[in-house]
Amino acid sequence: MTDQKILPTGHGDDHRPSSEVVPAYGDPVADPGLAPHEPRPTDVDARAEKRAERQIATMFGLSSVFALLFVISYFLFKIGPDPTIIGGYGASNIALGVFLGMALLLIGVGAIQWARKLMNDEEMVEMRHPAASSDEDRLEAVALFNAGVSDSGIGRRPLIRNSLLGAFATLGLPVIVVLRDLGPLPGNKLAHTVWKKGMRLTNDVAGTPIKPEEMEIGQLVNGEPEVFFQEKDGVPIFEGTPLLQAKTKAAIIIVRMKPDDITPAKGRENWGVEGILCYSKICTHVGCPISLWEQQTHHLLCPCHQSTFDLADNGKVIFGPAARSLPQLPIMVDSEGYLVAQSDFTEPVGPSYWERG
Amino acid sequence: MRLLTARLSAKRRSPIAGFVVVLLGLLVTGGAYAVLSPASAATDQASQSTVTQGRSLFLVGCSSCHGLNGEGIVTKRGTQYGPPLAGVGAAAVDFQVGTGRMPMASPGVQAQKKKVVYSPSEITALAAYVASLAPGPSVPTTSEYDTSNTDNAAVVRGGKFWRTNCTACHNFAAAGGALPGGKYAPSLKGVSEKHIFEAMLTGPQQMPVFSNGVLKPSEKRDVIAYVKSIQATPNYGGSPLGSLGPVSEGLAGWLIGIGGLVGFAIWIASHSVRSKKGVKA
Repeated sequence: MTDQKILPTGHGDDHRPSSEVVPAYGDPVADPGLAPHEPRPTDVDARAEKRAERQIATMFGLSSVFALLFVISYFLFKIGPDPTIIGGYGASNIALGVFLGMALLLIGVGAIQWARKLMNDEEMVEMRHPAASSDEDRLEAVALFNAGVSDSGIGRRPLIRNSLLGAFATLGLPVIVVLRDLGPLPGNKLAHTVWKKGMRLTNDVAGTPIKPEEMEIGQLVNGEPEVFFQEKDGVPIFEGTPLLQAKTKAAIIIVRMKPDDITPAKGRENWGVEGILCYSKICTHVGCPISLWEQQTHHLLCPCHQSTFDLADNGKVIFGPAARSLPQLPIMVDSEGYLVAQSDFTEPVGPSYWERG
Repeated sequence: MRLLTARLSAKRRSPIAGFVVVLLGLLVTGGAYAVLSPASAATDQASQSTVTQGRSLFLVGCSSCHGLNGEGIVTKRGTQYGPPLAGVGAAAVDFQVGTGRMPMASPGVQAQKKKVVYSPSEITALAAYVASLAPGPSVPTTSEYDTSNTDNAAVVRGGKFWRTNCTACHNFAAAGGALPGGKYAPSLKGVSEKHIFEAMLTGPQQMPVFSNGVLKPSEKRDVIAYVKSIQATPNYGGSPLGSLGPVSEGLAGWLIGIGGLVGFAIWIASHSVRSKKGVKA
């Protein structure tokens, strides 16, 4: 506990009285100054001081213990295929996190407690000083810059100056040209999917084609076109990135409702089979795949932003931010009795885009 | 038929040949049915008494909403008070009554899972009665939903089906999720294999149907194997906070994490206790 008083200090050569703020009209509120200093219990009571010292040392000591526990649990608890489980949780992860966290926390808490209880807490006043450099430094910088300008002779040598300006301007061209790599433009790829007349609707994952009589009222099938499960010369027709790209557009949901509940729009009367309708699975808002279908209300809810579509009413938006109805895929039954597409989607699936207008 | 037999018999030797053909046909059809049909006469009688028992239970406990003959009751507004039960099948009854959803404690947007009211034999009787109204999906057999003999490949297959068909409502960890208008998709924790199978088969309430024709029984078993597998997996990374993803994790981060930091900041900046005693020498 030191009694020394820390005095406000100036800041060397750059501290000039001329730049100190002087109130123009006298201070309307008198400066109350600092309240009289009151000591803490640890300043006046030797036992309190000892106790604080012990507290802080205990925290630092416990920190070491936790750090050691971290090391021990690192070697003790197994990870990998047969990890140590305690109470349904992976022991290693939790022990490492808790012990390292406690080790760091106790150092921090101890340090703060040290500063609050034992370190000097006399109030200090430190005057502000101007932020600008001194006049001499500024003059020297300007002189150096001017010396550089006259030494390069940029004013006397227009050829060099102009060619340098030209070089900077030409440097803009590579920047513009590499923007081409953002392309090529998608063309009309967004307007079409792999669906075409006669392509079978299949159950996703399994790839099995679907007959109308296998579907019951209230049934939902997450479907894909059969071509994703077909092979040509022993090689899948679609695989890898092209498969994923085609899937993002061609994914469908097939639902069966009571035929009386369905109100087809003009021209869509023959787009379904006995109450079975097929819609794009891609939300027209920002393209989330949706299959959250309530079989009794016929509402399809997108979990991303709560756009809701009425599948009994041509996929009309009844709630949420989506602007367009869910595109419907016209379907029919082929000669073997399986559900097939009548054509591709008659409008682009998924979210709106610039060229679509 | 009479004309046909008359013309046929005119060209044949015996006038009774037509009758013999018809008689033979009937015998063969009836005989084949008797041989191929799974139910024998004895079980028919037993099931008849079960149906009778089920009907008497139905009249007491179910008919006030579903109608005296399970035909459903329509409200003045044209909505269903209790839906018609013809064709829902024994599986739907076994699920709804077997999980305590039926009988409902009170009308509401959704029947809740609660304490089961009926005994297993009473549920069987109720199911038999409702199944006798019209053909519908029957209660699955143990071999259809038992996952004790499934391997890792089945779990992987089931996971694909689960993520494609189920996660939208029931969440990736089968923890359930919210639906519009106060409805919800329930958690699958503690739901028996049979009831998961029946839910897929019958589509209770807002849940869509996943019929055996499209999602094969073996594929349903794979889905159940996946659900049971993730439920048995320990939480390697610590508390899953209900497996609800960023919602509960964000809540914990903001309340406990940021809240703790705010608490420390207040502690650091707070005034410490002062003493009125003089400074010691």
